[in-house]
Amino acid sequence: MGETFSYYPGCTSHSTAIEYIEASKAVIEALGIELKELPDWCCCGAASAHNLSSSLALGLSAFNVGEAHKEGKDLVIPCAGCYGNLAQADYVMRYDEAERQRLEKQMGFKFDTEVKMLSLVDLLAREELRPAIKNLVKKPLKGLKVVCYYGCAIVRPAAITGVDNSENPLRIDTMMADLGAEVIDWSCKVDCCGGDLGLTDAEKTTELVNKIVDYAVAAEADCLVTSCALCEANVDIRQQRLPILYFTELMAEAFQIGDRQRWWKKHFNDPSGLF
Amino acid sequence: MAENLLQKVVAESGQPIDLCYQCRKCSVGCPMVEEFDFPPNMVMRMVQLGMKDELLKSKAIWMCISCETCGSRCPNEIRIAPVMDSLRAQCLEEGIAPADPVTVALHSAFIESIKTFGRVHEATMLMNYKWKSKNFTSDLDVGIKLFLKGKIPLMPKKSENMAKIKEIFQEAGK
Repeated sequence: MGETFSYYPGCTSHSTAIEYIEASKAVIEALGIELKELPDWCCCGAASAHNLSSSLALGLSAFNVGEAHKEGKDLVIPCAGCYGNLAQADYVMRYDEAERQRLEKQMGFKFDTEVKMLSLVDLLAREELRPAIKNLVKKPLKGLKVVCYYGCAIVRPAAITGVDNSENPLRIDTMMADLGAEVIDWSCKVDCCGGDLGLTDAEKTTELVNKIVDYAVAAEADCLVTSCALCEANVDIRQQRLPILYFTELMAEAFQIGDRQRWWKKHFNDPSGLF
Repeated sequence: MAENLLQKVVAESGQPIDLCYQCRKCSVGCPMVEEFDFPPNMVMRMVQLGMKDELLKSKAIWMCISCETCGSRCPNEIRIAPVMDSLRAQCLEEGIAPADPVTVALHSAFIESIKTFGRVHEATMLMNYKWKSKNFTSDLDVGIKLFLKGKIPLMPKKSENMAKIKEIFQEAGK
């Protein structure tokens, strides 16, 4: 395709979401898309900045958005939480002129309305990529029953994320079907896994995760598919019934590319038996 | 007093709180409502009525995990998550003891890590969080497993532009 995008790795790219980033990079490279990492990126503030100070949260995210505007290309953000924060800052600057001018001056950039914030689903679920993705499938995921779990940050608020449907999003479902998987409809696509609660209240997080996994098991899913590092961590760590995989790991499996055996070992619930 | 709280929250959150007519859709869909002392619809009414003291001391403001389910379903398009952000910030600004100090310990440790490295370094952030919350044993097994899986790097990776990050923190008064 020969497309080039700016790339915001986010803090989890070197830690808890390492297999997500490796799988995503392998898939993106196979599709002929080039990513250029923003050299100066900093943490978006995650949930912590806005919990303590909205202006700190906006400042950290606006700085990163500004760095992307300096490069002049759409910014690809694999981490759902980072995407949510940067998309929120983009939204503020797009529609609030006073805030835009203040932040442009503080961060030293000019806001270009053409530059967009993209989640990894935004990048890879584009209609025009479907033929290329289908062409790359070497081993269709035949017989693999999946439920797609979207969580919060790439879904809500719809005005900011531009999601197709905030109660029943379908873009990951469509991608999984294109890989040959059997996609099952289920009830917890956009339920919250607890997010940061995973670090402060294990018991409540387990309760939220168990509800999600109960529904996935009732739907007879073999695994749960996500695009969010925090969803993956919470759902994987807090139960022992169901493997949870990133959607790009399943793309890499279908394409038969990347160091998949090593990625499977990064999960708490080993998914290697599925393939 | 009543006007002050409502005006401040509206200004900080940008949300049309006066449009809330108590349909309770927010509370019905809230995954955390069982942990709240006041359900989200009641928080909205309390903001309208200026019940500042009760709100800033409440558990509800710290139990909200900003999943945005409520805001997404509100018929008046009021996002409650930024309203909670405003109330949390006011609680800390006014020096009121937060009803859930563990959550504050986590977020404080997290932003201190950003302030130091520009990016989060999980190992030192988690130690700082454990120190602040005085809870050293919970989820130790999870932490060890994550470390063994190579998911908690020992060495921090600093941002290239620490001067800007310092400026952003200063600007936000943090």
